Amino acid sequence: MLKISTAPHFQTTRDTRSIMLDVVIALMPAALAAVLFFGINALLVIFTSVAGCVLFEYLACRYWLKTRNTTTDFSAVITGLLLAYNLPSSMPVWMTLVGCFMAIIVAKTCYGGLGKNIFNPALVGRVFLFISFPVQMTSWPQPHLARFWETDAQTGATTLGILKHLDAETSATALQGKLPGYWDMFAGNIGGCLGEVSALALLIGLFYLLWRRVITWHIPFYYVSTVFLITAVLWLSTGDPRYDPLTHLFSGGLLLGAFFMATDYATSPMNKKGQVIFAVGCGILTVAIRLWSAYPEGVSFAILIMNAFVPLIDKYVAPRFYGSRR
Amino acid sequence: MSKLKTFPMGGIHPDKYKITSESPIMDAGLPEIVYIPVKQHIGSPAKILVAKGDKVKVGTLLADADGIVSADVHSSVSGEVLKVEAVEGEFGYVEDMITIRVEGDEFEPSVDLSSDIAREIPFTAEEIIAKIRQAGIVGMGGAGYPTPVKTSIPSNKKVDTLIINGIECEPFLTADDRLMVEKAEQIVIGAKIINKILGIQNAVIAIDENKPHAVEAVSKVTKTYVGVNVQVCATKYPQGGEKQLITAITGREVPSGKLPADAGCLVQNVGTAFAIYEAVMKNKPLFERIVTVSGDACLHPANYRVRIGTPASFLIDKAGGLTPETAKVIFGGPMMGTAAFNINAPVTKLTSGILLLSEKTSRKAPENSCIRCAKCTEVCPVGLQPYLIARKVRGGNFDELRDCHVLDCIECGCCAYTCPARLPLLDYCKLAKSELKKK
Amino acid sequence: MENIILLSILVLGVTALAAAIVLYLVSRKFAVEEDDKITQIDEILPQANCGGCGKAGCHDFATACAGADEAGFAGLFCPVGGMKVMEQIASVLGFSVAAKEPTIAVLRCNGTCENAPAKIEYDGVSSCRIADRVSCGQTGCPSGCLRLGDCVKACPFGALHIDKTTGIPVVDENKCTSCGACVRACPRQLFEIRAIGKDGCRVYVACRNTQKGAVARKNCKAACIACLKCTKIHSDIKVENNLSYIPDTVSAEKFGAELAQTCPTGAIICTRCGENSHV
Repeated sequence: MLKISTAPHFQTTRDTRSIMLDVVIALMPAALAAVLFFGINALLVIFTSVAGCVLFEYLACRYWLKTRNTTTDFSAVITGLLLAYNLPSSMPVWMTLVGCFMAIIVAKTCYGGLGKNIFNPALVGRVFLFISFPVQMTSWPQPHLARFWETDAQTGATTLGILKHLDAETSATALQGKLPGYWDMFAGNIGGCLGEVSALALLIGLFYLLWRRVITWHIPFYYVSTVFLITAVLWLSTGDPRYDPLTHLFSGGLLLGAFFMATDYATSPMNKKGQVIFAVGCGILTVAIRLWSAYPEGVSFAILIMNAFVPLIDKYVAPRFYGSRR
Repeated sequence: MSKLKTFPMGGIHPDKYKITSESPIMDAGLPEIVYIPVKQHIGSPAKILVAKGDKVKVGTLLADADGIVSADVHSSVSGEVLKVEAVEGEFGYVEDMITIRVEGDEFEPSVDLSSDIAREIPFTAEEIIAKIRQAGIVGMGGAGYPTPVKTSIPSNKKVDTLIINGIECEPFLTADDRLMVEKAEQIVIGAKIINKILGIQNAVIAIDENKPHAVEAVSKVTKTYVGVNVQVCATKYPQGGEKQLITAITGREVPSGKLPADAGCLVQNVGTAFAIYEAVMKNKPLFERIVTVSGDACLHPANYRVRIGTPASFLIDKAGGLTPETAKVIFGGPMMGTAAFNINAPVTKLTSGILLLSEKTSRKAPENSCIRCAKCTEVCPVGLQPYLIARKVRGGNFDELRDCHVLDCIECGCCAYTCPARLPLLDYCKLAKSELKKK
Repeated sequence: MENIILLSILVLGVTALAAAIVLYLVSRKFAVEEDDKITQIDEILPQANCGGCGKAGCHDFATACAGADEAGFAGLFCPVGGMKVMEQIASVLGFSVAAKEPTIAVLRCNGTCENAPAKIEYDGVSSCRIADRVSCGQTGCPSGCLRLGDCVKACPFGALHIDKTTGIPVVDENKCTSCGACVRACPRQLFEIRAIGKDGCRVYVACRNTQKGAVARKNCKAACIACLKCTKIHSDIKVENNLSYIPDTVSAEKFGAELAQTCPTGAIICTRCGENSHV
């Protein structure tokens, strides 16, 4: 028996699942880096987080939304990975699971599930943990390269944490030896959240995403360059080491946020113009929070705040349509 | 190598499957019975002039254009009119058709059957338009707009560029490609004839880069014709869309809701240009066309010269028959064509291809929820936001749709092709268009 | 310290007072005067907001009632509430209301899977409106049911469902309020609002195919072939465009069983017409 259907009779092979799988692959270098620098603890946090998110997603689909099971499309795996990347390696298992619950149930399912959430689920999970358990969330084990089984690493402050507690008068000389070098920051040999430490691993992931056309360059480029430009202007005009643009680029969660979380499909604008506004907004807020608020790091808050503006941006920013030019 | 011309917004690169681009055009032969619809164009159906039992020849006028936007319909075979009534068409809906039983192959004496190429154009613009009208020529790219109406530019508009559309951006189809390879000079003369109507000296034959043979053949001819040039364009779908092509070639945009003439352009398909040549220089009414019979479930894909009204099933049998793996029979290309309900439906002036697609290529995957990936807005060549249109149609907010410019949609299907959640975005856009037009 | 407490109380108090005054003034200025009757009628109405009356919703209907004169009121009817609600509204307005027979939606197609087997598979969105645009549907009948259930989705009262064995929708007599949502939703206008009939006994032609008999029969065994046999039973029955139509004036109790029996294709359906019934 023949079939009939509406045009087009041709469809790309790229479906939701294959796109999500590409994101998971792009996140793998960062996972490797995390395990390399933080050992078995990192593996434990990543595993707990992914398993927790997939489990909650399954339960939510089965008993609450009563829709098709969406765990097979890897979206929950991405949330799990991103949440883990936003946690220190010393995170207790139960706290990670609380984060998973917040991410999948509160930030995603409450809004109606896949594609309908307003806020990035992983970031909601992280911010919830950050506010509820500030001690655990800010004790950063120092990297211990290639010592896989070591579990009781020394803790210390992150680079941004050190910068935050500088007095304005402290001279640059007092900083000598306190801050890690640029190469360590680029490779990831610094204290911090699992996924954010290695700029190198994140860049590999970004190029994979761009190559596979999962995302376009707009959001990462505009976000990162906004942060870079503002700090560079401040640094050049004051010479204050707190404004060092390279440190701001390679430390903290900027690259992780700009490459993988601000580009999240569901919570970013639907057209190029809107995405640029969104990314620049994220950049300005990140710098503002890092430099002038009580928190040393502002990427998660910046992205969440801009997430709230996405419906507004989508409403008022439309792409130029053909035939509007005279 | 300079950057190939293309349109700036959106577009996709589907797999090409141009499996028949090397197959020469073959004569399909005559079927036993042809069904000739009286409406093969946009506008009002033609008025039927024949009755049951009449004897007709190839080129006999069967139905007369009714009104300005309409076109004559000629017999494509010689034989006896069996019936003049509604017959099931490709959608399964019945249409008025003239059914003719084929007897021999006798032509009207006015048709010039010589194969030599006539290069001098001894006619005035008015005479040419009259000849085109008498030949029942319509836009053969798929739109079916009567050509005499399209080429008669209102006096308040100025056309400076004629674009001959040799871009066949739909996968599988190669009818225009082969026509350009084999009838290059006739097409160029056709372009000169249209130039004469318009009173201009500038014609561009646009061919996309995946047709090297056509580019070569046409370029060779244009050397000897002043004012006709070949422009190679990038391979991108929907480059062959009228508005997209104008922007690609001239950089101009057709204003929303206006005609190409408002951008100073006239676009004609290569098939139409060839038909114009034959009508004007050879007195041949439009009774045959080139049809690609192809598809991944087709045993012997080929390009055929087919008499209008030949049932599709006749061509399918020629090309190896309806294979068991065939899931859909498509009239036209896979992007914009229609899946046939009735494979006995006839080839019309607008049928550029008949495709047999397998379940694997043509399957409509089940719908998922939108993940807001923004790919639909990225690929839309008109700059629409298909996801938004779909949402408003689903919610029944038809009043809000006017602001979405949905009437500018060219129905190319890029959005539905690219959607990873498999949403039927094009269906929603079409629904929105018809609802808005109703009001 | 006490000063601070006093000051804060004072500041807050003054702010609250100012805000209250502003709110009061604004509410006076922008107050919408509404007819008491509208509120009263609105309360009587079923609040289904289905649009079955032709108005935008129950409140719109109430406004229309309150503003209507006696003649205008006669033209208004709430199909969901029926006579009971209309009488109550009439008493509010002091009008009388003409008796109107209760109605129900009927499906004028009997193209079941058995009568009209599918000739082709429809692969696409489950929407009649969209399917109607690509072809005549799986059965080949250009006016028959497409079986994709736009009407089911449109029904605000859950009175419709697609019967799994026949493939066509079934109207639940107890739930149908004859609001007309299905009439508007069906792209082929297969639903008709008809009188419910005495004890649910009604007779109608379940076909809308206007093709010639032979063509129609090819696609559906239960198509009306315009044989004119029914017109001989009652003179009110007319055949136009190869299709018979039985108006409500034909008494179903008297002629229903006979009509259903006479129809050679079974296009005429008579519900609860005794033992000869087709349902």
